[in-house]
Amino acid sequence: MTAQPLLDVQDLTVEFTTRRGIVKAVQHVNISVAKGETLAIVGESGSGKSVTSYAVMRILDRAGRIAEGSVMFSGIDVKAATEDQMRDLRGREVSMIFQNPRAALNPIRKVGDQIEDVLRTHVQQAQVADHGEKAIEALEQVKIARPRERYHAYPFELSGGMCQRVVIALALACNPQLLIADEPTTGLDVTTQKAVMDLIVELTKRRAMSTILITHDLGLAAAYCDRVVVMEKGRVVETAKAADIFANPQHPYTKKLMRATPRLGVSLRDLLPEEDAAPVMAGLDPAIHHASQDSSPSMDPRVKPGGDETSKPLLRVEKLVKEYPRQGATATLGKLFGRKPPLEPDAFRAVDGISFSIGHGESVGLVGESGCGKSTTSMMVMRLLDQTSGLIQFDGEDIGGIAPASFARLPQRSRIQMVFQDPTDSLNPRFTAARAIADPIMQLGDIRGRDALRARCEELATMVGLPHNLLDRFPHQLSGGQKARVGIARAIALHPKLVILDEPTAALDVSVQAVVLNLLQDLKARLGMSYLFVSHDLNVVRLLCDRVIVMRTGRIVEEGSSEQVLSDPQDDYTKELLTAIPHPPLQVHRDSLGA
Amino acid sequence: MLTMIGKRLMFAIPSLIGVVIVTFLLTRALPGDPAAYFAGPAATKEAVEQIRKKLGLDKPLIEQFFRYTNDLAHGDFGNSLTTGQPVAAEIRNRLPASAELTLLGLIVSVVIAIPLGVLAATRPGSWLDHLCRVTTTAGVSLPVFFTGLVLVYVFYFRLGWSPAPLGRLDVFTSAPPTVTGFYLIDTLIARDLEAFRSALSQLILPATTLAIFSLAPIARMTRASMLAVLASEFVRTARASGLSPTTVIVTYAFRNAMLPVITTLSMVFSFLLGANVLVEKVFAWPGIGSYAVEALISSDFAPVQGFVLTMAVMYVLLNLVIDILYGVIDPRVRLEG
Repeated sequence: MTAQPLLDVQDLTVEFTTRRGIVKAVQHVNISVAKGETLAIVGESGSGKSVTSYAVMRILDRAGRIAEGSVMFSGIDVKAATEDQMRDLRGREVSMIFQNPRAALNPIRKVGDQIEDVLRTHVQQAQVADHGEKAIEALEQVKIARPRERYHAYPFELSGGMCQRVVIALALACNPQLLIADEPTTGLDVTTQKAVMDLIVELTKRRAMSTILITHDLGLAAAYCDRVVVMEKGRVVETAKAADIFANPQHPYTKKLMRATPRLGVSLRDLLPEEDAAPVMAGLDPAIHHASQDSSPSMDPRVKPGGDETSKPLLRVEKLVKEYPRQGATATLGKLFGRKPPLEPDAFRAVDGISFSIGHGESVGLVGESGCGKSTTSMMVMRLLDQTSGLIQFDGEDIGGIAPASFARLPQRSRIQMVFQDPTDSLNPRFTAARAIADPIMQLGDIRGRDALRARCEELATMVGLPHNLLDRFPHQLSGGQKARVGIARAIALHPKLVILDEPTAALDVSVQAVVLNLLQDLKARLGMSYLFVSHDLNVVRLLCDRVIVMRTGRIVEEGSSEQVLSDPQDDYTKELLTAIPHPPLQVHRDSLGA
Repeated sequence: MLTMIGKRLMFAIPSLIGVVIVTFLLTRALPGDPAAYFAGPAATKEAVEQIRKKLGLDKPLIEQFFRYTNDLAHGDFGNSLTTGQPVAAEIRNRLPASAELTLLGLIVSVVIAIPLGVLAATRPGSWLDHLCRVTTTAGVSLPVFFTGLVLVYVFYFRLGWSPAPLGRLDVFTSAPPTVTGFYLIDTLIARDLEAFRSALSQLILPATTLAIFSLAPIARMTRASMLAVLASEFVRTARASGLSPTTVIVTYAFRNAMLPVITTLSMVFSFLLGANVLVEKVFAWPGIGSYAVEALISSDFAPVQGFVLTMAVMYVLLNLVIDILYGVIDPRVRLEG
């Protein structure tokens, strides 16, 4: 560490006044960033990592305040500075990139104008000939093609990655000394994530800027940062050089976090903390539990290749096509902005003739980036969406011909169920957990009577490891992991044969994700279900799935066993996906993690 | 943009046809016999029958309907049974009176409510916020006839600042030649400042009454919408970029917050235009609302039909204007044209 750091946070405590009294979101935090250094602040949700950065910028909510400690930025006392001084600092000396780039931009203002707003605030008219030209230059530097044209674009006309580039251009327009990037790539595809991170690093290194990267992703921190600060529940638990912290983590929480990060060469069980590694589910048959524990999934007793059940696949999809008419949006846009009309044909093929099958008790991963057609495929299999053409055969029965509207009332509905991406949004906020779990049973099940229903709910809750006393709570009174469990319990309530998992852990912290993935694995072994796991994260898919299907622009580019696809990818796109995932250098040091 | 407007108008045609049919049927289903009413209490059965024949009420409903639509197509809304005047002419005279009053009331209300809402949102919990809350609550909870009467009592009867609440002009002033139908504008065109002053002083009290009433929804909506936008991520980005509070609030927050406010405005406007009968009664305002109510009471169906149709057309036009405004403010809406 240099003698005089650019940013020096000492003993910082941030308080929020809430209805339940004062909450200390950040307590006695010490962080310093040297000139030109890249620092990662790593932690799970609620660890106070974002609040720390807001305190540095002094953009806390009205309810929040810096209660104790000091924040010094290149000799300026941030805590004591006037609002005018702070405003001058923000954007010019310290700037920030936020999560969810689309929401971070004003939806009804041209992106060029938004960059110009910042330039106009901080750069004197005398210093630059033309703010507009400077804004275009800023767009050019973040490698946006045709910046002059994009200057006039609105955020909704740009992709997520493109929006994040605009946000970066906005943040770097005035050449600040410190850039704070708060989860800058969450919600972006892995390849986009890599491009955005590479861009941030390239630009900040070239300008000798310091960077604080706030992330929950250890891999990202390891790949791009010099030093790592680990935070838990508002406190810094460990600070070390990136190389050191991965080789030799000291704090138990750091170790737990590292274990929970999906990575090459580990199995699902390895993700759990040592003390929890054995029993995940209460009431689980020890034999099955044991079997699934020390096992690559293909050794699962229920998936015997060549067995009488597996000879006929549970789900067979052939030449599935979904077309959307290409009208309205793009055409009108083209007309309005005088652009030439797109050269593509009239119909847009979201899913372009794919065929695959899922065996009994098998779990198949459907992987691809946003827009590749994986969700559309799962919706068609789920019968929430009609296909344009193609065959969907489930359990020897052609379900492709059944209209989605009538499928909901058929007995087949109970045999294909789904776990949704966002555990919060997929639960009715006015239903208790028990009511949510009972919902499918009340619609389609054969259990009648209050007590029987309650008993079944409790049984399901036990299966998914949800304490019974939580059953009468509403979603907002449950944690993310608990809500995920409710969603899973609801999906398995009707003894489905196929469960479609649509990124079930994308919204969860890594440690919760580890537990939920293990739970899903155990349930599959116990109940003999098949999974169709839709995800963009190859690392997670590998852990849970026997086979992987990689999709791109509506087509299958590669298909094979998980190990094979991940260790020896054949298609260029799969390779690209794999290299884009930042890997923490953990597998080398597994011994030190006690794995 | 032009195609969007054209398309919008096309969409309005089915709803207008629907309105024509429904109003026709509803007015026929009204209780009371127009022929009997028209003939008076002393009329004989034969006289009533004769009037019925004269009005065409003895014909089958379908024939009446075709005659009605045919007349409509020629701009003939029929004649009022009570006054004998053509309905179209009456509406043409009375609609500007209502529109002028409503517009002025709305302008006053917007000029007060929107800044109040914005200030309340930027300083939650401050005395301004409380003032906003108290004013809006008082505004909606006091019925318009009550505020109207109080205003008349204080400013006319007690203080004598305003003229007698008897219509659009005082008795000594003659109406300006009709150009727009809005006296404030017509008097200016005629360069008749005396008449302008008279028209304005007659307008102030009823317009204030309407403004007090419509203040509440607009101020509340502005405040709520501003609060939501101020908590959004792009406002945080703007603040984190060091933009001045004025830029953040006006350019970033306010324009985004305007969308729901505009919708509220249009609702308030169309509501006030047709429903401020009480204000029109209190101030003896020759507006369209009181006209319709009087017609309704006397089972005089031609004016009622004319009124409902006029309001439907106004609604369609108003919605069109709102849509265009939306498109101007929000680029995302333009796509769906």
